[in-house]
Amino acid sequence: MTSLAPADAKASRVQLDFPILRKPTSRGRRLVYLDSAATSQKPQAVIDALVRYYSEYNANIHRGVYEIAELATEAFEEARAKVARFVNAAHPAEIVWTRNATEAINLVSHSWGLEHLHPGDAIVATQLEHHSNLVPWQLLAKRTGAELRFIPVDERGVHVLDNLDRLLDGAKLLALSHVSNTLGTIAPLERLVDAAHRAGALVLVDGAQSVPHFSVDVRALDLDFMAVSGHKMLGPTGIGFLYGKRTLLEAMPPFLTGGDMIRSVAYTQTDFNQIPWKFEAGTSNVADAIGLGAAIDYLNELGMDWVRAHEVRLTAYALERLVELAERGLAVYGPPGAEPRAGVISFNLGDIHAHDLASILDTDGICIRAGHHCTMPLMERMGWPATARASFYIYNTEADVDALIESLQKAAKIFKLA
Amino acid sequence: MDDFYKEYILDHYRQPRNFGSLEGATAVAEDLNPLCGDRIRFEFKVDPNGVVEDVRFSGRGCAISQASASMLSETLRGMKLADVARLDKQTVLDNVGIGISPARLKCVMLGLKVAKSAALGEIAGWPEEEQST
Ligand SMILES: Cc1ncc(COP(=O)(O)O)c(C=O)c1O
Repeated sequence: MTSLAPADAKASRVQLDFPILRKPTSRGRRLVYLDSAATSQKPQAVIDALVRYYSEYNANIHRGVYEIAELATEAFEEARAKVARFVNAAHPAEIVWTRNATEAINLVSHSWGLEHLHPGDAIVATQLEHHSNLVPWQLLAKRTGAELRFIPVDERGVHVLDNLDRLLDGAKLLALSHVSNTLGTIAPLERLVDAAHRAGALVLVDGAQSVPHFSVDVRALDLDFMAVSGHKMLGPTGIGFLYGKRTLLEAMPPFLTGGDMIRSVAYTQTDFNQIPWKFEAGTSNVADAIGLGAAIDYLNELGMDWVRAHEVRLTAYALERLVELAERGLAVYGPPGAEPRAGVISFNLGDIHAHDLASILDTDGICIRAGHHCTMPLMERMGWPATARASFYIYNTEADVDALIESLQKAAKIFKLA
Repeated sequence: MDDFYKEYILDHYRQPRNFGSLEGATAVAEDLNPLCGDRIRFEFKVDPNGVVEDVRFSGRGCAISQASASMLSETLRGMKLADVARLDKQTVLDNVGIGISPARLKCVMLGLKVAKSAALGEIAGWPEEEQST
């Protein structure tokens, strides 16, 4: 299509760092990966970090006195410090390793939630939430007698803040996604956090779809908690983290209990470790934490400002090209334009069900997501049985968007859309 | 997989046979595929000899699930309930007549699963000696 813009040239170089993107599909097609909102691909640097750990200094941490145990402990804690710097936490102790964002949210709902919520209190979420940031609060509300309320969104999936103060009245917690995984909507966090704090509520941000894609400063935003998954930000699966303000984490009871999270144990009584280890029971996921550290190094090298600029540019290009399919009945959902959204585009094409669309695109080596995207209440509210979703990351280029458009045209032809 | 979307599949998707609901239905079942949200409901009217006299299905979802259920509805009319309960996957695969990727097998088989469960539910209500017919 257009000649390679400089930013796209950089993405083309980035592509070379991802071995999976160099491997043709079983049909001999180039892999066009447009499902990074589900999980990102991994650069060689992250894969190497895992291999290096397992082949050079694999050992259990926080207890060995020998050299490789010290190396492993150091690398593990250094990875935590990298995460802390990445989100601008005040101290690495404010970063608790978890398996993923889901576990981080569950940690807060169990540890903080069960202690602080009482009948008559409110938990406020939004209509956009992923099941991960909804089901734990439903259960917490049921167990504590608290009420669960929702900040509405309009037809484009944009937050409606008209009744915000009333919704937050009596709230103890505002739990919301920074970026919607289904529509890409970016929440107006400054305004929401300010309103929540004025109402006396804490704020938990589900950063699963924001932290991988633009710079998020937990102190500038004054967040109380933030949950993030490593696998969506170039890191391995099985590692994620919870950010929590130090004073909050220190006051919270442990979540899971057992080894490693203790200071001393007698038969009937235990003194717990300091934060963050108080929340890290059992042998940690050492390798994947180190892998996530390598992912953060890689992102820092690229620069999060470039990451965001690249995604905005690519999303704008995709939105512009998708218009070509309007006459075939393409409906694009989400906030208008590329600026108010992350690199996520949900759509439907004529009467083709999203799953059929994804199957047809798959034959061209194009990976998109189809279905409800773990946001069933949002789909119900919007009246969509399913949507197709393309999402972008650092390794995607205009050529990927072109491939998507071409394959959608093919699908329209197969389904004989006018 | 793109071979899947043949003319007759699209025809069944857009003009599903026996679509709707059945007044006086005696056997009914419904299920969904939580992964994709495909939803199918089968309703049978069964005559005193245990034969499916009339059949309707309803639902929504991908072309594969809906076309497969539509074709199955044509197979079911006139069948003995006991035979419906014994239908195997091959019948459905023969109906649709194309290769299916493992990821989409659940879509193809949803109609079968629902039809069988409607038949089994009805049979379970029969007197013992008739259940094996
Ligand atoms: C917005 C959002 N929140 C939470 C999650 C849950 O992430 P995980 O499954 O890694 O815990 C996801 C992942 O799909 C997500 O998109």
